[in-house]
Amino acid sequence: MENIPKLPLDHWIDDGLDFLTDNFAFLTKIISRYLEDTIDYMVESLMYLPPWLIIIIFALIAWRFASYKVGIFTVLGLCLLWNLRLWESTMETLTLVLVATFIAILIAVPTGILAAISKLANRIIMPLMDLMQTMPAFVYLIPAIPFFGLGTVSAIFSTVIFAMPPTIRLTCLGIKQVSPELMEAADAFGSTKTQKLLKVQLPLAIPTIMAGINQTIMLALSMVVIAAMIGAGGLGGEVWTAIQRLKPGMGFQAGIAIVILAIILDRISQKIGRGKNE
Amino acid sequence: MEKINVVNLTKIFGSNPEKALDLLAKGISKDEIFNTTGQIVGLANINFTISQGEILVVMGLSGSGKSTLIRCINRLIEHSQGQVLIDGTDISTLDHNSLLELRRQKFGMVFQHFALFPHRNIIDNVAFGLEIQRMDKELRYEKSRSALKLVGLEDWEEAKPSQLSGGMQQRIGLARALAIEPDILLMDEAFSALDPLIRGDMQNELLALQARMRKTILFITHDLDEALKIGNRVILMKDGQIVQIGAPEEIVLSPANEYVQKFIENVDKSKILTAKSAMIPVNITASPDDSPQIVLASMKDNCMDRILVVKSDNTLLGTVNSKTLKIACDEKTIVNLIDKTVPTATINDSLKILITILAEWSGQLPIVNEQYQLLGIVNPNNVLLALK
Repeated sequence: MENIPKLPLDHWIDDGLDFLTDNFAFLTKIISRYLEDTIDYMVESLMYLPPWLIIIIFALIAWRFASYKVGIFTVLGLCLLWNLRLWESTMETLTLVLVATFIAILIAVPTGILAAISKLANRIIMPLMDLMQTMPAFVYLIPAIPFFGLGTVSAIFSTVIFAMPPTIRLTCLGIKQVSPELMEAADAFGSTKTQKLLKVQLPLAIPTIMAGINQTIMLALSMVVIAAMIGAGGLGGEVWTAIQRLKPGMGFQAGIAIVILAIILDRISQKIGRGKNE
Repeated sequence: MEKINVVNLTKIFGSNPEKALDLLAKGISKDEIFNTTGQIVGLANINFTISQGEILVVMGLSGSGKSTLIRCINRLIEHSQGQVLIDGTDISTLDHNSLLELRRQKFGMVFQHFALFPHRNIIDNVAFGLEIQRMDKELRYEKSRSALKLVGLEDWEEAKPSQLSGGMQQRIGLARALAIEPDILLMDEAFSALDPLIRGDMQNELLALQARMRKTILFITHDLDEALKIGNRVILMKDGQIVQIGAPEEIVLSPANEYVQKFIENVDKSKILTAKSAMIPVNITASPDDSPQIVLASMKDNCMDRILVVKSDNTLLGTVNSKTLKIACDEKTIVNLIDKTVPTATINDSLKILITILAEWSGQLPIVNEQYQLLGIVNPNNVLLALK
């Protein structure tokens, strides 16, 4: 093996990325600026509102969509975060998660539909999903920097890529698992393909799609934390600082905050999916 | 008028239907074609017509091709050879949009497992076909409500299908098909998933609806009793071919071969056969203008205890018995002596009904038409002979 020259795979990828950076940087820079402004604005608005108001809003959402238990947990959990002086970090992380999830859904649902109705698209998209899901999450951070620079937008970019696959897969699955009998019934009444999709397949796939979105939210949260390494800030930033300064207490404190946020987001998004099912 | 005309319909499942069609034309059997080419013959040279307002039932066991057949009628399955003509139009010549239009306007389909949309409430399920036609909301709800009324479930508009029992779900399935006011109803094992009592109710309800609506109905079933009960004509299928086609009585009275014979062995013939098959002509009747003496004399000659009295236009008035005649022999005519309580049956009443009547009435049972004119009589032994 020593005699066979090494394949310059890394160089090829670098060259490819360089090419993309050189030619599309103007575009990514524009996206980057607008997205950064939007995120900053969102974080500022969230910070402008008093924490107790946000806690009440979240508790109401949790109570309405999930249960009063989740509502109580939300109140207690968020109060704890407030008390730990992690409020601003939490709002930053929450904003990143919501923006990344929103973008991910915007891309993933149509992609999932495409994969469900076109065999060719399915054959292209599914291996890409495998690649996206098995690639170590950190790797996405590296190319994000030349495109979007250090900071939140790069974090969003890598988070979207990392968090998209479950929604794509489950959208595709949800559409495909609509029973052939129902599809036949729709056909027998003379439905067009679009009518079948909008009136039968998508409505029936909603619980499955919501399960995918729930997974996407969870993955987005975990990626946003990792993205602190490229300056995403938020709770991940706290952890990152704790690592660099070897402060286990600070690290665990931020870690627990992430867990609380994760539980709240998970319970609410899960129940929204199930609510549609009934 | 012929509503549906099926000519030489053949369906081959597989990647190379041409080869199988060649072999089929040479008279090679279905099994042999499968062994040599791997192609499955689903339907082979099916010919039949359905006229406007008729219920045609296709009966066969699973794998006989009946489900394939019904799906070829609205082109849910593309046939390999032959023609399906709906109102004279060959549906295989239609482009995609015209086909969708045809399905929207002419066909209402009812499925074995109901195939209701679980995410829609009842009214939106019933309105589905109209929604597909892009009818506006108010009109389609109005039509759907009258369809729901037809099946007696107008109070369930807001319910979800899962809240309803099987029988009710299938009524919704029927209402969904009727809502689009189709010419043709395609019913694919529509009642097979229901339990027997409910199934019987649904059959009766379908017949009652049909008496009012006169749709053209193609009904698929694997239950011969059901086929014979609701079909104006019945097609028996086996291995993708028609074994026999005919009215229920024909099938019961003259089965085409052993296969059909075996099927009808367990059929309750008294439900299928009608008074027609047991009726005999009336030899002697009395006229209301006859005198008691004449009537008594003719009764005596024929050893009769009771005689039917008919007017000159053959309208049945009732009976007189010899006892009454003997007591009232000074009457001029028998017109005041007629006992009007005689039971009657019509020519289309099943033998089962006749048996019930004859169990109470020990005598000749007069068979009359709608104008109450005497057509013939049935004696208990005639019924027994017909059922033998």
